Amino acid sequence: MKKSYKIEVDCANCANLMEQAAKKIPGVKNAAVSFMALKMTVEFEDGAEPAKVMQDVLKACRKVEPDCEIYM
Amino acid sequence: MNRKQKKALYRILIAAALLLAANLAPLPYGASCLVYAAAYLTIGWDILRKAALGVKNRRIFDENFLMAVATLGAIALAVVEGSGDFNEAVAVMLFYQIGELFQSVAVGKSRRSIAALMDIRPDSANLETENGLEQVDPEEIPVGSVIVVQPGERIPIDGTVIGGSSGVDTAALTGESVPRDVTVGDEVISGCINLSGVLRVQTTKKFGESTVSKILELVENSSSHKSQSENFISKFARVYTPAVCYGALALALLPPLARLAAGVPPAFGDWGYRALTFLVISCPCALVISIPLSFFAGLGGASREGILIKGSNYLETLSRVKTVVFDKTGTITRGVFEVSGVHHCEGRGEELIEYAALAECASSHPISQSLRRHYGKEPDRDRVRDIEEISGHGVTATVDDRTVAAGNDKLMRRLGVDYIPCHSVGTVVHVAIDGSYAGHILISDVEKENVREALAALREAGVEKTVMLTGDMESAARQVAESVGVDEYHSELLPGDKVEKVEQLLKELPNGGKLAFVGDGINDAPVLSRADIGIAMGALGSDAAIEAADVVLMDDDPMKIARAIRISRKCLRIVYENIVFALAVKLGCLLLGALGLAGMWAAIFADVGVMVLAVLNAMRALRTK
Repeated sequence: MKKSYKIEVDCANCANLMEQAAKKIPGVKNAAVSFMALKMTVEFEDGAEPAKVMQDVLKACRKVEPDCEIYM
Repeated sequence: MNRKQKKALYRILIAAALLLAANLAPLPYGASCLVYAAAYLTIGWDILRKAALGVKNRRIFDENFLMAVATLGAIALAVVEGSGDFNEAVAVMLFYQIGELFQSVAVGKSRRSIAALMDIRPDSANLETENGLEQVDPEEIPVGSVIVVQPGERIPIDGTVIGGSSGVDTAALTGESVPRDVTVGDEVISGCINLSGVLRVQTTKKFGESTVSKILELVENSSSHKSQSENFISKFARVYTPAVCYGALALALLPPLARLAAGVPPAFGDWGYRALTFLVISCPCALVISIPLSFFAGLGGASREGILIKGSNYLETLSRVKTVVFDKTGTITRGVFEVSGVHHCEGRGEELIEYAALAECASSHPISQSLRRHYGKEPDRDRVRDIEEISGHGVTATVDDRTVAAGNDKLMRRLGVDYIPCHSVGTVVHVAIDGSYAGHILISDVEKENVREALAALREAGVEKTVMLTGDMESAARQVAESVGVDEYHSELLPGDKVEKVEQLLKELPNGGKLAFVGDGINDAPVLSRADIGIAMGALGSDAAIEAADVVLMDDDPMKIARAIRISRKCLRIVYENIVFALAVKLGCLLLGALGLAGMWAAIFADVGVMVLAVLNAMRALRTK
């Protein structure tokens, strides 16, 4: 399953770091962050619960970029 | 500027004023130290905070941490050496923040200008109800409802006109400025603007499946498909920053130790300063921001022209296209077939057309459509049974209890019917009734007017070979090929053969070259996906084409192919310029810094300057002649 989320982030490199952080979260099959569109597209593993997984994703992203936001 | 940016601007101004005051006002040492500290904290507190958070989260190689270390290090050096000159530390922070602000404004601006290009989302629709018109959210309108579109309004949902007539402006979708006339019975596409008259439209799709939604979805997702250059840069950024940090550490420790061993004074202060200069250059910002920005601008510039590219990776592939393969129908020719003659039927022309139209009543092939158009009536499907479509051959069916076969030479040979070959150029539909030959119908297609110019433009854009593929007969194919001037053509191909031909052409490509296949999105999905890049033309209103292709041309103007390639080439050239330029300046500064020839001032100017230039360069991709 694929879902996309609106995000808020200030710098391009931070967006890359968020992408890498999101990819490492269990339940996430693949993730892509577009700094220009301010969008994060997440592909979930089968059976994963997006809402739960996204909480972990947000936590991981906050670690690499304290000021970021993901709108769910 | 938004609030965040304004705040950053004020901080920059205050810090600059404080810095100026510290330098100009004759203050005692202690007081000037306080003013410097105030300036430093005004401009750098958020970076210090983020750096501390980064350390807490065990992420030390981010630019906040590095900027914090570099400036705090510079302050420490000034204190130790007793120079009292804190200008450098404050200035580095100041310029770093100016760079960030500039970047944020530039990115926001391009984001808005591209969003404005694609501003085709309708806010509301006028739904016709028993109590008159009601303004509702387009998403809530069920299929089959009747909506009213006033002049000047955007058509919110795809549908059929059931009342009124008007001109509609499709420019937002196709880049084409001449309005299209629509009247009762015509299909209208969401996203177009109704220009003159009031239209009553019966919706045929839900909002989510309407053209406007599909296009927006496509454009919004396009930047998730990253190009090789973008992936290269994010990998590079991952390696670059740590590498520069270790370099700085080595620079701070190794030369002084070597000097100690050699018996000369170690000069820790001097080498420490050079190491801090390294840290200032360690931010990969210029690259990381300008590359995606260039692609984004390229994709935006293309969509303004009615060329939708599904991702930066496709933009990259498009720029390397050396061979363009056309499917004849719908790209080189209009795909509008007309019956131009009925031969060898001994005066039973009407009957022949009727049987052929009935037999082909279920097919969506352009030939069948033109047969039905010529027949002029809605085929009565109750008269037809056992329709069997044989791909690349034709159709057999039972009509009024007689077996009818309608198709090309191959079908006739396959059924063992003696047929009379046609001498005119065009597509021939032979008809056999009850196993005996009844005559043939000649259908010919019309070439588009500007195909010749389009092919010349392709060559000018750097395409080396143009190929035409068609299922038509050799004679028809040769005539079209010669008249438009393609380099190569292959005729009498079944849909499966087209894939094979494309595979063969892929093998013949020059090194690093790519192959583009241009089709109209009807019946050519396998070839579109087999080619390096699939381009669908005239896609306005055809969902299949939007799904299957990598590049979607909203109208059917062949000139747009060359234009798409030119846009991609320009965009990639900008990307490479930025990569080379930013890397050269950064490496040059690192080298000069290590040699002690460039100080922190030079480093921060180089860092911010490169970024500003790279961003400005990237914005050029928005406009291509």
